[in-house]
Amino acid sequence: MRPFAYAQARTSADALATLESRRRAAVLAGGTNIVDLIKIGVESPDTLIDINALPLGRIETHPDGTLSIGALARMSDTADHPAVRAAAPAASRALNLSASPQLRNMASIGGNLMQRTRCVYFRDVSQPCNKRRNGEGCSAQGGDDRRMAILGASARCICTHPSDFAVAMLTTDAAIHIRGAHGARTVPLLGFHTLPGDDPTRDTVLGRDEIIEAVSFRPSPLTRNSAYVKVRDRASYEFALVSAAAALDVQGGTIRAARLALGGVAPVPWRAHVAEAALLGKAPTREVFLAAAEAELAAAKPLRLNGFKTLLARNAAARALGAVGGAA
Amino acid sequence: MNTRKLSRRRFLVRAALPAVAAGIGAHAPQLASAAEVAGVAVAPAHGPGPVPVRLMVNGTTHELTLEPRVTLLDALRERLALTGTKKGCDQGQCGACTVLIDGRRVNACLTLAIATQGKHVTTVEGLARGETLHPVQQAFIDKDAFQCGYCTPGQICSAVGLLNEKRALDDATVREYMSGNICRCGAYTNIVAAVQAAGGHG
Repeated sequence: MRPFAYAQARTSADALATLESRRRAAVLAGGTNIVDLIKIGVESPDTLIDINALPLGRIETHPDGTLSIGALARMSDTADHPAVRAAAPAASRALNLSASPQLRNMASIGGNLMQRTRCVYFRDVSQPCNKRRNGEGCSAQGGDDRRMAILGASARCICTHPSDFAVAMLTTDAAIHIRGAHGARTVPLLGFHTLPGDDPTRDTVLGRDEIIEAVSFRPSPLTRNSAYVKVRDRASYEFALVSAAAALDVQGGTIRAARLALGGVAPVPWRAHVAEAALLGKAPTREVFLAAAEAELAAAKPLRLNGFKTLLARNAAARALGAVGGAA
Repeated sequence: MNTRKLSRRRFLVRAALPAVAAGIGAHAPQLASAAEVAGVAVAPAHGPGPVPVRLMVNGTTHELTLEPRVTLLDALRERLALTGTKKGCDQGQCGACTVLIDGRRVNACLTLAIATQGKHVTTVEGLARGETLHPVQQAFIDKDAFQCGYCTPGQICSAVGLLNEKRALDDATVREYMSGNICRCGAYTNIVAAVQAAGGHG
């Protein structure tokens, strides 16, 4: 493990000024990802800026009804928070199906959105990887691609995004509140994560000198009627092979609004716009759910070992939709 | 020897404080960077060499000199000789290093020792009261909830953390909420029984 200096920030301004003055610094929140990545040599910051003393751990409902989850709220506390459970059951469920109780006690919500891929080649510094150093090549292509993407991949990178929470939060139209040394900005969660394209080294639109302060959304009948389904190789303590988050607003037997997002299938949490469009105005039946998921997955490009993901993702999507649509 | 080094270092640090503070305000001592001179609040950096770290473990305060990269797990085992906490995978995948920080279970292998200052760390050595075992420790013995024992300190600390979380515990919930602790001997059946017994359902 390479040596690094440690700085404890007291305010966001402290953290941002330190990030600006130390060009190779990284932020320490829960540490479950960055400490691991430093150990295995994937990251090598010269300084870790501990932001845990910042007042960003609150989960609160604002007067206008917006539910705000502070970036330093822990996964465990967020999962079990009554407001989160009520306003976004898919998000609560996704958090409780993530990692282990110990890791959920440590890991922060902001860090969860920022976590890096679990691609085995990205994590093995003896193997070329365009996400670590663009231009080296992608060892996953032609390698063990069983866990890799079937949607959104590029010639440079075929990894999958590991977050369950981000997939579930796509059903809420959440916003990410970002602060930089020169001001604050808010961006939609949809689009926060960037497709690999020609530059897989970049995971998100967050700038080097910026931190996440909170994630927020407006609870609605749609977000309150949501579910998360996760399929994995073992029953617990494992990343998703595929996952699906669904939210439906059904009135008079007709789908008035729909959100569907898929995990484990793409380099980003995947919002299934095609499937959502196919659901609108239809009756919530299993046939409709399967057809909508199939429409989304028509664009899938399975690799040598992950052809099963297309069918698995379809079925997971139908199950998640079924859980909120009153149909099996 | 460490104590003497530490005292000297702390003395030097304190002696330097007034001069630095006069220059840049209320920051802790360090060489002033350009940002500090400009009046921007830059958090003072410590290390990467050894720096004073104060750990509170099992009710005792320890003054150590550690590099910032030292994990809580290595500090406990290699510096404080508290070898009850085990190193399994060293990457958050097995749970053998589970300890309690302020009563919450965490993986000591992914926790930096320097980042735990001001918090109370409890290891498996800190659970018993004198000769009286913690109810979870006693339950693991009563229910024969281990074989080789390597994962057991982590299992026990994790179970104490689980009971602190005050969940309604049926067997399925115990299995799910103990899933962060891998047992390669496969003593899971009796571990579930021990957790239930310690929780008053055995």
